[in-house]
Amino acid sequence: MRRFLEGPYAGVLALAILVAVLPLALPSLFYLRIAALIGIFALVVVGLNLLIGYAGQVSLGHAGFFGVGAYAVAIGPTYLGLPAWLALIAGAAIAGLIAFLVGRPILRLRGHYLAVATLGMGLLFAMVFANESAWTGGPDGMPVPHLDLFGFRMSGARTWYWISGVSLVIGAWVAANVIASPTGRALRAIHDSETAAQVLGIDVARYKLIAFVLSAVYAAVAGAYLAMFDGLVTPETAGFLRSIEFVTMAVLGGLGSTFGGIVGAALLVLLPQVLTVFQDYEHIALGLIMIVVMIFLPAGIVPSLAGLLRWRRS
Amino acid sequence: MSMLAVEGLGITFGGVTALADVSFEVKPAEIFAIIGPNGAGKTTLFNVISGLYPPRQGRVRLNGEDVTGLPPDRLARRGLSRTFQNLQVFFRMTVAENIMVGRHLHERRNVLAHLFTLPSVLAQNRATRAKAENLLAFVDLSDLADRTAGSLPYGALRRLEIARALATEPKLLLLDEPAAGCNPVETEEIDNVIQKIAASGVAVVLVEHDMKLVMKISHRIHVLDRGRTIAQGSAADVRNNEQVIAAYLGRHGQREAARAQD
Ligand SMILES: Nc1ncnc2c1ncn2[C@@H]1O[C@H](COP(=O)(O)OP(=O)(O)OP(=O)(O)O)[C@@H](O)[C@H]1O
Ligand SMILES: [Mg+2]
Repeated sequence: MRRFLEGPYAGVLALAILVAVLPLALPSLFYLRIAALIGIFALVVVGLNLLIGYAGQVSLGHAGFFGVGAYAVAIGPTYLGLPAWLALIAGAAIAGLIAFLVGRPILRLRGHYLAVATLGMGLLFAMVFANESAWTGGPDGMPVPHLDLFGFRMSGARTWYWISGVSLVIGAWVAANVIASPTGRALRAIHDSETAAQVLGIDVARYKLIAFVLSAVYAAVAGAYLAMFDGLVTPETAGFLRSIEFVTMAVLGGLGSTFGGIVGAALLVLLPQVLTVFQDYEHIALGLIMIVVMIFLPAGIVPSLAGLLRWRRS
Repeated sequence: MSMLAVEGLGITFGGVTALADVSFEVKPAEIFAIIGPNGAGKTTLFNVISGLYPPRQGRVRLNGEDVTGLPPDRLARRGLSRTFQNLQVFFRMTVAENIMVGRHLHERRNVLAHLFTLPSVLAQNRATRAKAENLLAFVDLSDLADRTAGSLPYGALRRLEIARALATEPKLLLLDEPAAGCNPVETEEIDNVIQKIAASGVAVVLVEHDMKLVMKISHRIHVLDRGRTIAQGSAADVRNNEQVIAAYLGRHGQREAARAQD
């Protein structure tokens, strides 16, 4: 029992329950819409956490993969006649393939160099989205057709709440599976000592690449969701600031904690809504909150609070 | 046939010769010690043998096969494992998980199965965990299995590294100062552990400054000074070698070493 509570699956179960009951507590569609957005961003962060939190490899370019998913569900149905669901799968596969090809050379870099290289990768994506007007609509972006599944039209906050919520639970479950497997142990080992990991027979480049590809697929699926939910995709969907936002969510919530990533996503989606009461000072307030959190909860919200709790109990 | 053969190994760092023309062979079940003063090149030698540094001259053979320049993970597949003088523990993982990482090469590594935790993955996790618990018992760390490795005292971390290296089921084990920072009780324990490992047929190369330990358990000793071999032979040969006494042991060390053998 104790091992279950401290293991990765307790969080997944709690998350599933939360997703199931949350709509009962939300007073209006407006809140449901925000909850759906949180689910979509949290999905990205859960994937990114495998790369940054577990394998210890930063990426400042994951909005690029998010954009691949988003533009896939715009371009696929509009120009290629694909059904939206197939375009979504194709988008995820393409993002994974690009991550595989780009990851090989880029993941040889470490620390700051890796950060700059992934940032460059993200900028390249953004440039393609903005400049290939014939396909992407250029800077103005393009409309995204609705997703139709089994003859039903997937639209509206309620529907997308359930799609993103269920996907998030599945995403968190898959992440928990990975973490508890030899692959997850290899990733965490690489984070703490690449030298020791290698000496024990771990093919370090391969496992970094696995985390990179997995996180890219998570991002692409979430990107497709957001585009279909909004009915529109623009280069900002996949811009540089988006990448930073993803990393901030992961760090704020707590690296190496799947639940932390979800809390981080919730915070960064909710705070700007709440802070509108400060009007012109909204961004200052947001910035201050982020600084204060990082100073007092340096391991991120969830791991730091969990640590405090354990310390109080003993 | 020798398990490890090192032939004319040499490496330099920006003009500093860290190793020059070092040669020796180690047989299965043998405890082969490498000693020498600080900066003699002992750790560098381990780094070259284990594939972390490519040598500038010379060859490394494992079981007769030339493995010079192979990366560490390839060497691990051929039965080489090691510990680190500057501990390379996975500090954020538990003690048991550290050892479980050592089982990597013996586990099925199908990522798709891992994504969906097929029942086979669960069964394998249990088997790996059981193996890890056996090894923890072997180095007397069972009580600490579920503690975060970062919270362990120094002596326990040394034994953890040995157990983790053993988890790979090596045929050649390089131990870099396994008793450094350990109290006499812990050193005694490590002494036993090393002898058991060698008795099971593993070729052990031991770097250690504790002369009592070295003289007591080593079958042969190789002495390095400033990257060069200055002596090689039995404990008695080395202990009475004037050059070794001058470069490393000193008169006090020689007496200490002599006592260890009685
Ligand atoms: N990566 C490196 N870059 C530059 N110089 C190095 C490097 N590794 C080792 N050296 C140098 O090589 C020489 C041998 O160092 P090494 O660490 O192998 O000594 P050692 O015999 O293990 O000493 P100790 O007993 O203190 O552990 C030293 O002069 C050291 O400064
Ligand atoms: Mg050394």
